[in-house]
Amino acid sequence: MRILCPYCGQRSNAEFSYLGDAAPVRPRDVRRATGESATGNAALREFSDYVYLRTNPPGLLREWWQHTGGCRAWLVVERNVTTHQIGAVVGARDGAGGTREMSR
Amino acid sequence: MNVPRQRRARDVVATIGPKEELSPVVATANTRGSISLSRSLSGSFCHKFGVSGLGMAFLRAPPRSGFIVHYSIFSILSQAFKGQTGWTPVWREPEPKPAYDAIVVGGGGHGLATAYYLAKNHGLTNVAVVEKGWIGSGNVGRNTTIIRSNYREHGNIPFYEKSLQLWEGLEQDINYNAMVSQRGVLNLFHSDAQRDAAARRGNAMRLNGVDAELLDRDGVRAIVPNLDFDNARFPISGGLLQRRGGTVRHDAVAWGYARAADQRGVDILQNCEVTGIRIDNGRVTGVETARGFIGAKKVGLACAGNSSRVAAMAGLRLPIESHVLQAFVTEGIKPLVPNVVTFGAGHFYISQSDKGGLVFGGSLDGYNSYAQRGNLPAVEEVMEEAVAVMPSAGRLRVLRSWGGIMDMSMDGSPIIDKTPVAGLYLNCGWCYGGFKATPASGFCFAHTMANDEPHELNAPYRLDRFATGNLLDEAGTGAQPNLH
Repeated sequence: MRILCPYCGQRSNAEFSYLGDAAPVRPRDVRRATGESATGNAALREFSDYVYLRTNPPGLLREWWQHTGGCRAWLVVERNVTTHQIGAVVGARDGAGGTREMSR
Repeated sequence: MNVPRQRRARDVVATIGPKEELSPVVATANTRGSISLSRSLSGSFCHKFGVSGLGMAFLRAPPRSGFIVHYSIFSILSQAFKGQTGWTPVWREPEPKPAYDAIVVGGGGHGLATAYYLAKNHGLTNVAVVEKGWIGSGNVGRNTTIIRSNYREHGNIPFYEKSLQLWEGLEQDINYNAMVSQRGVLNLFHSDAQRDAAARRGNAMRLNGVDAELLDRDGVRAIVPNLDFDNARFPISGGLLQRRGGTVRHDAVAWGYARAADQRGVDILQNCEVTGIRIDNGRVTGVETARGFIGAKKVGLACAGNSSRVAAMAGLRLPIESHVLQAFVTEGIKPLVPNVVTFGAGHFYISQSDKGGLVFGGSLDGYNSYAQRGNLPAVEEVMEEAVAVMPSAGRLRVLRSWGGIMDMSMDGSPIIDKTPVAGLYLNCGWCYGGFKATPASGFCFAHTMANDEPHELNAPYRLDRFATGNLLDEAGTGAQPNLH
């Protein structure tokens, strides 16, 4: 499996570290996820789902990889987990597609 | 600094050293298994040819029509005189009934064991196992065959010890030669810190009635002399040995459980992929399959790497990622590795099959996969670890490598539990430790399905433990499955 790093070119997957599915989005306000209130519990559930639950589908998956053995950039790699075929690879900023809000 | 550390380590050796008697619980476990009895008759002859069944060779009337051959030395001998022409298929290939009391999805080791214990322990014989391919085509035939109970955490030790005890009596129980071989599992350590960790784990095991021995360097050398003891980077300073651990012929586990379950009336339905789970008013009513709808009061999922896919049919998202793990076997050689040896400076485990090939493996490839095959960087790493711990292995040729899909959970421990859907039960998250757990997993899952509540042994393996914070993280690596 070779990944086409947009900055370094095609490299062995041994150079890359894997984080996983790029779909889960960190809940916006973690501070709500405290206390015993109904909204607090719902927010806690939302946060626990974000940390622990995965869709884990076969076929195409958009994933976080980091080119740790190269430019160290975070990438979003489109990969078929059933065939290991690599599709489009983009930098994390582009790959996130603006759906991932920065936590300040 | 060095001197007191070494002295302390030696004190621990004295605490759980090899000369100390095993605790009574272990002794009981050992003597209860009639395997040790047949082994004391010496040699694997008795074991392989079923002398332990001496005097019990007869045709037993099954719960259905036909006759079931009880395997024993007499059945072997009588077949020898008949030119091996009288063997019959060991399980039926029935058509699906319209409905069952319980359906187990997944004809691997865990699913078949579950069906067997449902029939044997809970009297549920109107049971089907549905399997998308052929039984045993998944991880039960793809692992490195190791059994052990050398865990550290409270929730894990009793469960895996139960499993080891069931292994010890398995062949008599299911009347099938699974070649259970308690040749010992030896975890090497390479530093003082690792020695302390091994001693702590060994003590945790002993406190739970499990056998464990802390060996020093010479103790390891006496068992496996051909390791690289003076490796410049990772010299071997000792090992934690569980003598009751060992290996089992993995395919025979699937076949043996299938035969035993079939004899008790369980229908094994192969080429019967589940395509949907039917739910009415929050209660499961059956499964859609490639061979049509099959009704069921209870459905248990034991789908290993495909757990997320099947659970999604019931609207569940699981704390599971599917990852690929590779394993390897070399050409057959004369006896070289007498037990299971694990390298402590990486993740590498090796044993020798009864055919003579060295069977070994390492870590996951590290990325999500449903492919049942891996990539070369993981192969290279495993080979490097092999020659680091056992340089002579570099002279061998690898015959085969293969991959299996692991249901990696978020804390490295399994899930055996009810689900939010009434009548739907879940057995998954085995990471790469599922094979050794097969008997206890089936035992506990059958209990959970039959009684609609967990057995005390699988009570810690709850589905909701991730939300409630009651994680069981043996490796302490957090919710990152490729690190477990």
